[in-house]
Amino acid sequence: MSETKTTEAAADEPNIRIVEDATCTFCGCVCDDMELTVDLDANRITKAKNACVLGRAWFLQHGIEDHPQAMIDGREVPLEEAMDEAARILHEAKFPITYGLSDSPCEAQRVAVAINDLVRGNIDTTTSVCHGPSGIAFQGVGESTATLGEVKNRADLVIYWGGNPAESHPRHFTRYTVTPKGRYIPNGKKDRYVVLVDIRKTPSSPVADQTIRVKPGRDFELLWALRALVRGRDISPDIEGITGVSRETLDELVERMKNCNFGVLFFGMGLTMTRGRHFNSGALLALATDLNKYTHFVAKPVRGHGNVTGADNVVSWQTGYPFGVNFHRGYPRFNPGEYTTVDLLARGDADAAMMIATDPASNFPKRAIENLKKIPVISLDAKPTYTSRAARVAFMVATYGINTGGTVYRMDDVPITLRPAFDSPFPTDEEVLTGIHTRLKALRANGRKKAA
Amino acid sequence: MAENSVELRIKGGKVYDPANGIDGEVRDILVRDGRVVDKVSEKARTINAHGMVVMPGAVDIHCHIAGPKVNLSRKLQPEDHRLDVHPGTEVTRSGVGGVTPSTFATGYRYATLGYTTAFDAAVPPLAARHVIEEFHDTPVIDKGFYVLLGNNMFLYDLLKQGRKQDFKEAIAWWVTAARAAGVKLVNAGSDEFWKGRRNDNVTDVNEDIDPFDLTPLQATAAFIEAVDELNLPHPAHIHCNNLGHSGNVQTTLDTMKAAEGHRAHIAHVQFHSYAGELGKRVQTGSEAIIDYINTHENITTDIGMVMFGKATAMTADAPLTWMLRFKDTKWVNADTECESGCGVMPFTYQDTNYTHTMQWAIGLELFLLSKDPWRVMFSTDHPNGASFQTYPRLIRLLMDRGFRAEMMKNVNQKAISTCLLPQLDREYSLSEIAIITRAAPARALGLVNKGHLGAGADADITVYTDDENREHMFNAPRYVIKAGKLIIEDHEFVDDHIGRFLHTEPEHDPAIEDQIRPFFEDYYSIRFNNYRVDASYLHDHEVIPLRNSGGKRKKGSK
Repeated sequence: MSETKTTEAAADEPNIRIVEDATCTFCGCVCDDMELTVDLDANRITKAKNACVLGRAWFLQHGIEDHPQAMIDGREVPLEEAMDEAARILHEAKFPITYGLSDSPCEAQRVAVAINDLVRGNIDTTTSVCHGPSGIAFQGVGESTATLGEVKNRADLVIYWGGNPAESHPRHFTRYTVTPKGRYIPNGKKDRYVVLVDIRKTPSSPVADQTIRVKPGRDFELLWALRALVRGRDISPDIEGITGVSRETLDELVERMKNCNFGVLFFGMGLTMTRGRHFNSGALLALATDLNKYTHFVAKPVRGHGNVTGADNVVSWQTGYPFGVNFHRGYPRFNPGEYTTVDLLARGDADAAMMIATDPASNFPKRAIENLKKIPVISLDAKPTYTSRAARVAFMVATYGINTGGTVYRMDDVPITLRPAFDSPFPTDEEVLTGIHTRLKALRANGRKKAA
Repeated sequence: MAENSVELRIKGGKVYDPANGIDGEVRDILVRDGRVVDKVSEKARTINAHGMVVMPGAVDIHCHIAGPKVNLSRKLQPEDHRLDVHPGTEVTRSGVGGVTPSTFATGYRYATLGYTTAFDAAVPPLAARHVIEEFHDTPVIDKGFYVLLGNNMFLYDLLKQGRKQDFKEAIAWWVTAARAAGVKLVNAGSDEFWKGRRNDNVTDVNEDIDPFDLTPLQATAAFIEAVDELNLPHPAHIHCNNLGHSGNVQTTLDTMKAAEGHRAHIAHVQFHSYAGELGKRVQTGSEAIIDYINTHENITTDIGMVMFGKATAMTADAPLTWMLRFKDTKWVNADTECESGCGVMPFTYQDTNYTHTMQWAIGLELFLLSKDPWRVMFSTDHPNGASFQTYPRLIRLLMDRGFRAEMMKNVNQKAISTCLLPQLDREYSLSEIAIITRAAPARALGLVNKGHLGAGADADITVYTDDENREHMFNAPRYVIKAGKLIIEDHEFVDDHIGRFLHTEPEHDPAIEDQIRPFFEDYYSIRFNNYRVDASYLHDHEVIPLRNSGGKRKKGSK
């Protein structure tokens, strides 16, 4: 366990615990400066100092629900029985798939990949529906990037493209990129120039010194024009008609980018999940790389889930590929569009599914959901979901970062250890997955004995 | 441990154990409870090694096998994996190969070359947790890492303020906090030029590193001295300034001279042995460098050989990869706050290319001119000079001058005609190979129970079929025993093993934390209390003893 620094309160109020430097796993910011006040009698967090509005909701609204640990077809069963059944399903399936993982600690993610290696299944993470295109673009062009502390210490030009962190990552500006004072940015925001590129005004707009409105679906054209101008090439005289941004604005931005000391481009799903997808991400990453001929320039996708970056890392180190990995041939293969979950389900390829900390039944395309309903589903989640309610086997697991420890990776690949606030009656997802893995190994060994 | 309680008798092999003065004598090696012992019971299982070559498991003193830079390289090169898949077996996990294999494939492939221990040479402290997590998934081999401190902003502040004692305490704190086995310097001073001066680089070891009132050479010397005085098992592990530039011989010599009176390890020295003028063609500088090393016992080095074919530039020396980039090759730069830079780029060494041929030849020259195998060790700086999967071929090049001559015919002749290689006809013996790949790295790392087969040694043992073609021989050991467990039998995996994590714990005054903490609150983006790698990450581990501790090992505990 991590060496959690907690203060048990004085004798007159014995059931309050303060957890310092706890980590919020609600979004990819993974802020690790939470000070949690925990009422151990009520199993509730009563105060979350330093948390943003999303983080406060995450901590304060978390309670231990009166819910079975494990259910089969909606009926409460002992945990062991549910693990037996889950193992049986995965063992007997011809095309088992696993999806989710971005709200689980790395320790659980590692076991999930191991299970799929064993049953020759298919593993995919929520990356495939958010920054998957950025992963694909990375394979093509690479990336110049930095940890968030480097941005805090050095960046004098900060550009956000296709994202609205004020609502999605409220502390991104204040903790890491815009307002904090850094080593070479002694006056914080005064020493930086902030640009926001988006198709509309958003609650993030007031932070920016300049907002640039691009026509919807024209991000690629705008990025490519910037690349051309950075390289001193000519661009279409009608660039304003194409992208909605004037030539003067582009020239000014290019000069600003070439002449800053340390520039950074943050980008969101406004870029990755609109027309162009990995071409958009690729154009942006290439632009940042090109600018390194003039100055120091980095780029970074603003990742959503608390440990989606950990999922990318774990799946990459175990298989060589970041998401959409298939083990049918006994070794990992990667093919987005073929081994990504939405596509697998929409085609009806899978004959069993394990959904970990994700709710595809609520947010996948209709055809994928229809096919998901036809196959046995194993669900692991900290809350009841549409997916868990319809699952053949449903595990209720402890919430990471609040009830369990483990490791998560911040959006900039910095690994952070979690400090749990209080215990949960539910097992961790790592425990459930390890139980299933152990049973699968036994089933396979028995199968071999019978065959012999 | 029960799994290690098997007794083994490796019978009748030709044993090469240079640390114990054994050079090809036929004798039995006995194993019990994971150790080499003097006696085993009648029940011991016999492995018939008649006619075979028995050596301790090999130790890689400098490679890049885990952590953020390696994982970036894996993500960057799907094309590499697709061409080289690594199927699982009933006892092993699957994975992918290529120049930067997945974690499982890395461990298994090291084992299939007879390697049982490896050290990752460049880990920013902020990424230590990531590295250790990958190590858990890197099977068979024992592993540790050197922590990157050579561009650490806080340490530079201390040097600027002349606070030598605090500097030393802080180094010790950082090694302990990150759970490192040693201290690594990479292109000292360059981070400030790269991140803060629009991608500039250090060119002269005596120029000022603004704003620290310090030169790269002064910084390097301060680290060498502090690490030596802290009695770390391994001395400061140094990637000199000006890597890869023609004429960098002088920089390398200056750096080694700055180490006078102290132990220092010069990493991948092949890349630092270039004569000629800056910006002009590389000439061989191997003689000047190896002459200095031959005559200065405080210096150890690994060569960082080049082999033709696919490699990947992967280094904390970010400006270097930018310099190597051409035709808009895909490129990764990754800055770590207050600690390090990083560059990753696919790279192919071509035998038709003058410079690449020169690099290949210089690596061989350094080995063939070396007078002390105990201080001049084997490496390719995997995956920078070549993948570790080329080691058997490189070993054959050292052992077989006929093979060398044959290869020299098919490389860039202009380079070959100006270098020393054609005149060198030395051939390494099996005993010398056992030194440069086993005994010497273990000794340089302070691993008293590795690199030899005396009683008490870790039972990490490789048994090779004695084949005149040394490439074939070193490519496929017949048996590999790790921690007393038979892992490879008749060339097949018969068991799996997690391997142990190796790190060291220098003593330091805990009060140094009060100095470091405020710096964290100001300039880092994570909390000081969340920075140290806690004991839950260590699993099966061992603390490498300090040099002044009498060599007693501490069994790791949680």
